[in-house]
Amino acid sequence: MFNYYLKLGWLSIRRNPLLSALMIAAIAVGIGACMTTITVNYVMSGNPIPHKSDQLFYVQLDNWDPNVSSEEPLEPPDQVTYTDAMALMRAGTAYRQVASNRSGLVLEPHGEGELPFTVDTRNTFADFFPMFDLPFQFGSGWDRAADAGLERVVVLSREINERVFGGEDSVGRSVRLNGMDFRVVGVIDDWLPVPKFYDVTNGAFNEPEEIFIPFNVAVEYQLPRNGNTNCWKPSEGSGHEAFLASECVWIQFWAELRNAQEEQDYLAFLNAYTGQQKALGRFPRPLNNRLDDVMEWMEREEVVEDDAQVMLGLSLLFLVVCLLNTIGLLLAKFLGKSGDIGLRRALGATRATLFIQHMIEAGLIGLGGGVLGLGLAWLGLRGIEALFGEFVKNLVGMDWVMVLTAVCLAICSALLAGLYPTWRACRVAPAGQLKTQ
Amino acid sequence: MELGPIWRAMMRNKTGAVLIALQIAVTMAIMVNAISIMQERARVMARPSGVDEHNIFHILSVGFAEDFNERVTIEEDLDALRSLPGVVDAIQTNSVPLSGGGWSMGLQTEPGAEVDGTGVAVYFVDEHGLDAFGLNLLSGENFSATDVGLRDRTSTEWPGKTLVTRATAETLFPDDPMGALGKTVYINDDEPITITGIIEQMQAPWNGWDGVERVMLVPQHTLFGATRYLIRTQAGRRDELMPQVETLLAERNKGRIVRSMQTMDETRERSYLADGSMIKMLAFVIALLTLITALGIVGLASFSVNRRTKQIGTRRALGAPRGAILRYFMTENLMISLVGVLLGGALAVGLNMWMVEAFSLTRINAWLLPTAMLTLCLVGQLAVFGPARKAASVPPAVATRTV
Repeated sequence: MFNYYLKLGWLSIRRNPLLSALMIAAIAVGIGACMTTITVNYVMSGNPIPHKSDQLFYVQLDNWDPNVSSEEPLEPPDQVTYTDAMALMRAGTAYRQVASNRSGLVLEPHGEGELPFTVDTRNTFADFFPMFDLPFQFGSGWDRAADAGLERVVVLSREINERVFGGEDSVGRSVRLNGMDFRVVGVIDDWLPVPKFYDVTNGAFNEPEEIFIPFNVAVEYQLPRNGNTNCWKPSEGSGHEAFLASECVWIQFWAELRNAQEEQDYLAFLNAYTGQQKALGRFPRPLNNRLDDVMEWMEREEVVEDDAQVMLGLSLLFLVVCLLNTIGLLLAKFLGKSGDIGLRRALGATRATLFIQHMIEAGLIGLGGGVLGLGLAWLGLRGIEALFGEFVKNLVGMDWVMVLTAVCLAICSALLAGLYPTWRACRVAPAGQLKTQ
Repeated sequence: MELGPIWRAMMRNKTGAVLIALQIAVTMAIMVNAISIMQERARVMARPSGVDEHNIFHILSVGFAEDFNERVTIEEDLDALRSLPGVVDAIQTNSVPLSGGGWSMGLQTEPGAEVDGTGVAVYFVDEHGLDAFGLNLLSGENFSATDVGLRDRTSTEWPGKTLVTRATAETLFPDDPMGALGKTVYINDDEPITITGIIEQMQAPWNGWDGVERVMLVPQHTLFGATRYLIRTQAGRRDELMPQVETLLAERNKGRIVRSMQTMDETRERSYLADGSMIKMLAFVIALLTLITALGIVGLASFSVNRRTKQIGTRRALGAPRGAILRYFMTENLMISLVGVLLGGALAVGLNMWMVEAFSLTRINAWLLPTAMLTLCLVGQLAVFGPARKAASVPPAVATRTV
């Protein structure tokens, strides 16, 4: 029967091609607009590391000004000081922990005539690689001994390895960074966490850094930093040492805690730590340490842009307009077939079968609108890419979840729009219709 | 007029009319709020940065060689840049307005760690700063060459003089902003610094900051490893000088990289990329939405004309002129539109109240509502005109046919 209804629906759609085209276009435009904004929001609010996002915790310690909180209302600063990061690293209480910050270095290729260029750099610790599950093309990350021993080692991104070593296995070779030689220990494969959860302070949708070097080495040789730095009080005295000892925050600290017990213990450890520091005259504010897992942290930092949410809201309303449009047109169409419906009722079709038949027709229209809408959404995303340029290129890809969502949303919308017109059509009294014929 | 009969006839079969009215209402709610957002973005984008934007470009120089002497390089670079024909002036600075990255400090009128400071953006310049940015000094005097000191990456000392914008003076000394000249303020809680001049206007690097007009110029050359040169050219010579400057800097010293050369116009465009794109997207949404609504009106009106062909024929046969038929459908549509826009006005205000709350957007302008109402009524009239004319052309003879 289903096939027969499909055929009837198809015939009916073909009978008024203009009206049908208008309906399909209305749904397609609505779906296109919605899916464009839903995709952007979906990617922005996506989980960048789903298999262990609930085991990775961002650490916030409230070392801020006693009179003014870092961010209203009563939020601790979004990064930690060097003093605290090093104390937590030394304690090593968590299963894994990593302090890291952003920087930029100059890489001098060895080849004759090749010009030096700047590379985005992350200063970090050994645990970074296993903790965030970086995929390696060659070699691996460095070990904790390298951190302690101030070894000048480096992990390259795939692109940099291609640029400098032509994509070969470069493990063991050396690269010159800011006038110093570093030994390559690993090359990571394509890795693109969206959002860039491990450092949302310096741009939640930036690409990962191009090279990774030991944090301790960067500090030891006073390599430049270029990430966000915030201070609430001047450092005592000038110079590198004074800056390191200051209350300026510029480091992101993550801990890997495998279960609720470890999480609880770690928070207790942090609170005990700041308690001790209070005794030394630091941490003048009331106790306010935070431990957020990846998704809690993304939410607290509001990584989804307001503009994206506003556009999402407006496009959902847009879909409502398109559906109202479709309801009106379907109603016109179904009531236009009153004679037809009356005849079928007179010949014995029940209301239920008529209902199913018309809902199938609406569903067909929805399917058409969905497929066309997918195409429009693709165009919409290309449009966003054209408008915003490189900044959004990681946000405008559709995956199969989005494709499925589009088609489902289209069919559901069409069925919803079809409910009232169908109900009206089924209420047609056969006698009245047959009389006028 | 036949308002009563039209209304009553519509009420007998009101579903189509209700759908159109609802559609107009939601369209209006979206339209009004979208335009309101567009207006706000356009207002923000129109704020002047205070510098001579069309004739300025800037370029980054990153030293990396072990023997790279930043201090000497800067001195020589500036001499070379300033003597280029066509260059009005050039400086070395840490940031430029609208660039998004910069330095801010707290200034306070009383010393002490417990006193709240006013956040102010810092640009490090030398005595050429005013000229290179193209700033207007309202009172006081420019730095002299002897005022200009050096600053390395971790130094915390500040020179004794600063030039501030009028907005900074207004925040620090609300009672007498121009009296700020010669006053001592405190930086780093208790380091005194004297305001030796007041600049008319200049923006901070962050366009979304609420203190965007609060700026101070500090007479220091920065030795941070990476530095930015800002070059102001004679009108119309910018594009010709840019490649010259890039080559000049790259070849003067091989121990550094020059990159990210950008005109101020490009800096502005990048800075407001999101706002500009939002305006374009919203304009597109409004256009598309109006089209969809208009097509919906055409579709339903055509349908209702078709259904009423016989009645129309009858009216014509009884002596109604074509104009009367045309007027009937136009009036019917106007009634629907009016109901729609009134409902839409309420919806628009409701949606705006919610968005003000959730996304701290601005309230809609009062005049936006009547304008949108009028526009949508006009769109309705235009859309219904085609079907109405078709209705008017129904021949009276139709009344005599049975089907």
